[in-house]
Amino acid sequence: MSSRNNLPLLAFATTAVLGIAVVLALLVAPEDVDQGVSQRIFYFHVPIALTAYLCFGLGAWKALRLLWVGGERRDFESYTWIHQGTIFGALTLITGSIWAKASWGVWWSWGSNQLVLFLVLFLFYCAYFMLRFSVDEGARRERICAVYALFGVALIPVSFFAIRLASDFIHPTVFTREGPQMTGTMFGSFLVCWVGITLLAYVMYRIELVGKRTDANLRELREALS
Amino acid sequence: MSALTLYASDVVALARKDLRLELRARDTLPAMLLFVLSTLVVFHFALPTGTADDAAYGLLWIALIFTALLGLARAWAPEREGGALDGLVLAPCDRSAIWLGKTLAVLVFLTAAELVALPAFALFFAPVDLVAVAGVVLASIGICAVGSLLAAMAAASRGREVILPLLFLPLAIPLIVGGVGAGISPEGATYLTFLGLYDLVFAILAWATFEYVITE
Repeated sequence: MSSRNNLPLLAFATTAVLGIAVVLALLVAPEDVDQGVSQRIFYFHVPIALTAYLCFGLGAWKALRLLWVGGERRDFESYTWIHQGTIFGALTLITGSIWAKASWGVWWSWGSNQLVLFLVLFLFYCAYFMLRFSVDEGARRERICAVYALFGVALIPVSFFAIRLASDFIHPTVFTREGPQMTGTMFGSFLVCWVGITLLAYVMYRIELVGKRTDANLRELREALS
Repeated sequence: MSALTLYASDVVALARKDLRLELRARDTLPAMLLFVLSTLVVFHFALPTGTADDAAYGLLWIALIFTALLGLARAWAPEREGGALDGLVLAPCDRSAIWLGKTLAVLVFLTAAELVALPAFALFFAPVDLVAVAGVVLASIGICAVGSLLAAMAAASRGREVILPLLFLPLAIPLIVGGVGAGISPEGATYLTFLGLYDLVFAILAWATFEYVITE
């Protein structure tokens, strides 16, 4: 496989982009007039959240392909994307919580629809792992997990609307995060951060995929030997 | 017979099998009825005096969801215990008919439990209006459609009883939002539309994917 050889190079490039992103986000981008220094977490929080969506989406896409054409490979890929999505989802919750503390003075706010959505998704995808580890390995587990992953992408927009609707009767006053428009430098820094985080997710995915495959091969080998 | 009537007769036969089993063994329904009543009584003591009706209304939904879970946990038990699942999969009918039959059977159980729960709730706590009842009906369809598929997944796993609520509750959150909203919000129609959309999306998804869950 020639694609495996470019992984160290890719990892190096990702580190470089992330390094630039940190510098841009912390030093170059102008300070937000409204929120001050705490706004800088935005450069990581939002890209991480977008990346989590991307990971869940790719996990579901691989799941769809698995149901469509089959192949154990796709099961691993779907599983690994969802694994990354859950990691980035947890990071979204953590960074969002820190931001909420900095700008609203509370660690958790039900008024932030995005955070609530991530909490629901986080619970949903944690259950994915519970499901996966309690079904015996084989073709049926691959398909069951794939179906569950597909339910996940359907749940994202449905939950999004549900939480919007719920905030009407649970929280009549919604916090607004509207400040002045982003300047060019801010937007540029944001884009670099986004690219960096997406690359990071991809590199983590590739490494994790190799790990999971090795693990499975090892188990197979062990079973064959015993 | 056209393909559609054939499909419908398969579904009806499968649902009737579950209802007949229940009539003979009485495994699930009495438990659901008793559970929903006990929960409502527990809620009386859990709610401080002077709490608004809205809070009681939220608790009604907790009672309904957990009652549904009780029924769903046993939904595939007859098939599993009798080893009938392989036979069903081999039967010359569309596999999605198995899902639809099970969904209908569970829906009958849940409706029966709600026929007890809603009057009891109106008696103990707060009046229930027509929009709220429509919300319960629409949410029940979603609960059963999604729940019977997830219960089939959970039945294939080792930790059946533990896994099902974990799989089901995150998916049930939009239903609770819709149901509670239909009950307490002045714009009930929005919430009913939302519940209808949820039912549509997830029923189609479950119908299309059930085959993959059930086959070995």
